Amino acid sequence: MSQRLKLTKWLVVLVVLHCIVVGAGFFAPYNPVEQDREHPYLPPMRVHLMDAQNHFHLRPFFHPLRLRTGSFDQYEEDTTSAVPLRFFTRGAAYRLLGLVPSRLHLFGSTDARIYLLGSDAYGRDQLSRILYGGQVSLLAGLLGAGVTLFLGALIGMAAGYFGGWRDELLMRVAELFLALPWLYLLFALRAFLPLAVSPIQAFLLVVAVIGMVGWARPARLVRGVVLSVKERDFVRAARGFGGSDIYLLRRHILPETASVLLTQAVILVPQFVLAEMTLSFLGLGVPEPMSSWGNLLASLQQYSVLVSYWWMYLPALAIVPFFLGYLGLASALQQRTSPYKIEEQSGWNPS
Amino acid sequence: MRKLRSSSQRCRFSVSLLLACVSTFAPPAKCLPQPQQANAKEELLTLPGEIGRSGGRLVISLRSEPKTLNPLIAADTPSREVIGAMQADLVHINRATQLTEPALAKSWKISADGLQYTLTLRQGLRFSDGHPLDADDVLFTYRVYLDENVHATQRDLLIVGGKPITVRKIDPQTLVFQFAKPYGVEERLFDGWAILPRHLLEKPYQEGKLGQLWTPSTPPNEWAGLGPFRLKEFVAGQKLVLERNPYYWKTDANGNRLPYLDELIFLFVPSADAQVLRFQSGETDIITRLSADNFSVLSRQQRNFTMADAGPGLEYNFLFFNLNSLGEKSSADFTRKQKWFRDVRFRQAISAAVDRDAIVRLVYQGRGAALWGPVTPGNRRWVNSSIPHPSRSLEHARALLKDAGFSWSSASNGELTLLDPDGKPVEFSILTSSSNADRTKMAALLQDDLKQLGMHVQVVPLEFRSLIDRVTQTKEYDACILGLASFDADPNSDLNVWLSSGGTHLWNPSQSHPSTPWEAEIDRLMEQQLATPGYGQRKKLYDRVQEILAENQPMIFLASPDILVGAKNSIGNIHPAVLEPYVLWNVEQLYLRNGAENAAR
Repeated sequence: MSQRLKLTKWLVVLVVLHCIVVGAGFFAPYNPVEQDREHPYLPPMRVHLMDAQNHFHLRPFFHPLRLRTGSFDQYEEDTTSAVPLRFFTRGAAYRLLGLVPSRLHLFGSTDARIYLLGSDAYGRDQLSRILYGGQVSLLAGLLGAGVTLFLGALIGMAAGYFGGWRDELLMRVAELFLALPWLYLLFALRAFLPLAVSPIQAFLLVVAVIGMVGWARPARLVRGVVLSVKERDFVRAARGFGGSDIYLLRRHILPETASVLLTQAVILVPQFVLAEMTLSFLGLGVPEPMSSWGNLLASLQQYSVLVSYWWMYLPALAIVPFFLGYLGLASALQQRTSPYKIEEQSGWNPS
Repeated sequence: MRKLRSSSQRCRFSVSLLLACVSTFAPPAKCLPQPQQANAKEELLTLPGEIGRSGGRLVISLRSEPKTLNPLIAADTPSREVIGAMQADLVHINRATQLTEPALAKSWKISADGLQYTLTLRQGLRFSDGHPLDADDVLFTYRVYLDENVHATQRDLLIVGGKPITVRKIDPQTLVFQFAKPYGVEERLFDGWAILPRHLLEKPYQEGKLGQLWTPSTPPNEWAGLGPFRLKEFVAGQKLVLERNPYYWKTDANGNRLPYLDELIFLFVPSADAQVLRFQSGETDIITRLSADNFSVLSRQQRNFTMADAGPGLEYNFLFFNLNSLGEKSSADFTRKQKWFRDVRFRQAISAAVDRDAIVRLVYQGRGAALWGPVTPGNRRWVNSSIPHPSRSLEHARALLKDAGFSWSSASNGELTLLDPDGKPVEFSILTSSSNADRTKMAALLQDDLKQLGMHVQVVPLEFRSLIDRVTQTKEYDACILGLASFDADPNSDLNVWLSSGGTHLWNPSQSHPSTPWEAEIDRLMEQQLATPGYGQRKKLYDRVQEILAENQPMIFLASPDILVGAKNSIGNIHPAVLEPYVLWNVEQLYLRNGAENAAR
């Protein structure tokens, strides 16, 4: 029971987080590529409920920022004007899920722009960029994991089921892939591809590159499962009744690999999100002005940004709940399928 | 930051010189207190300015190890910077006033026809190893520079009117330089030609080994120069140590022989950020070539150092389009793009749509100047201030595009797309150097500016070498953002950029015939100013060149960064200039204040 509860808990966390990212258009107050050239590197604004006279206001408000006198890059709150925060306002146009056109935003303001997480070098809203960037990074991670698992399952099953020289060949290639330093492999692959590509192409390239590299580990796991399953009695029986290879693989062997594949998927997704971030961080991912968690962090390569604008680190924090969610889910899944399962459920503890 | 230099042969070294505008000479008869055994007669140069205190050392970081200490073949910035502190020239350009001043030559005369220059050397000067200097060293120096087999990087500059200049010796102190044609730059020509020691180099020259000579690891006794400092020690990958040249030929107003400092140490610190950290921690005393971001980081926490903004330098950044005639190599797609790029109205529209103020504000944090022509406001003598500075106008840009036959279509999501006269969408890519954060930022701003005209621009950051290869060799690009920085304020330093036959004529380099009438006119004007003596006449011709460039926009000029430097408060006589080497130009006058003054601060 507690296993199931844990699993559900992590699943709910992940679903909520993903919904926020999928609904970035609604949750983000602004268009992520819109530049506000008067306000570069604006620090995060504070939302107030109490005013200077300690009066409580039901509607939250914020003070716009202005340059501190005599300074080029230091801002302070302009307490002379209080701008109310409005909820469910109409703002920049977006398409929910890329389909439903809408202008509705969770919050915003009509009189001044609000930067809850500050702005970047071009005055773009950091919160909006993190939310939209999540779409790119997470989708790249999910699709990349999908490609990898598909390849891994296919190759693993082929190697395990057919055996012989095919097994030898495929597993040696897999070992080669495992031994390769994957980051440099990613670089090499990306370097072969054309330079000027549209954002969509660049994204698909990143997904393909990530997906192609990681298949070796799931392939080996699947092969191991297939090797043991194909000797089991029900498989032999099915073969005895004249089941073809394809039938046996599909009907009897593939379902047995499901738990391995599922656990792998949950482990691979955050890994691949990180891979996408690495590529983007180094300028090989989706091009500007599109954002992804990696290229949001890219500006931290400059010393001046590193020491001056702490809110540029925030995209790095954004990945923490996602990673916790995925890893929590992975451990819950693992517990469910691990050999200790029976003992724990029966309340018997060997130690 | 990497920069494309205006031309490879323009590798000038710079020798530190006078602080103020006027130089005065020590009367020959006056006996000066000398650290070494007194010579019969030494005509030293007396510099005005703050009197310093002898002793101490200065530590400066260099971006990389100097490739060579040989002024003949030095082309990279670190080599030039180091050689500048070790060598001297006949006539020198004062980096602060941008005017010429006597150096090794105490005076010069130009004949009425402008073909003969008579230079008189100072008497009693010695190389850093104590060997005396005379006219034969100068003769030898120019023979070597002009020798084709030596492959001196600056050799082209000594070919005037298709013929190399000739040098004759009249007596041990007097030389005559003969030109085939009058030469517009006049005595500025002599700046940057290090006078070489014949007694050390003649033998290797005859053996044809001159090119391999004087690497940084040369033993100090095989090296000699006329600059304020001489070679002491080189530690590969770490540092180069220079020591005071006891025979240096300048004194301060009190007659103390310069330089004040005992040692000058160059540390090799490969990244700009690491240089900032070293400066912050006090390991280095001076920092130059700062980016605006790092400058403001340092300004915010300045304690025992002072940051200075010397104003716009000579670097100009610009966007240019691929206007090469590619012939059969060109794809149909690219030919269509070139049709837009070649239309002057298209280029003018882009220029009108560029938000230059935003570039200055966001890229240079206000520490820079917007540009509408190639000559920056920092180049006071040559800038054509009558070039119009139109403010950003999208309406004007749209009117120009409409006039050129472009039209707009709007997609369902309200996004505008610019269509060319054939109804195809206008899309192109802009290359930038991935190692240059400033230009990458400019590209991102341009991308957004042009989106408002309905142009879909992709920014492609490329490694610098492959970018240059694409621009100058394979010519596979649409548009590119680059910056050029001249080493001298004189228009001749950009000859290679404006002449249609020049290798740095970036938008269409090395043409055999100018492909447009305005390029032909620029060629004619540049050739003409080359042969016109006198600043006034040349200025008029160069003003016209700037006008033509501003009108035809082969390059869309964007902005010029300020020269930003920092130095410890304990260093005296710091007067940053906008010409290279921004701080070290008066290195012989830099000194360390004594302890009491330090404590008082």
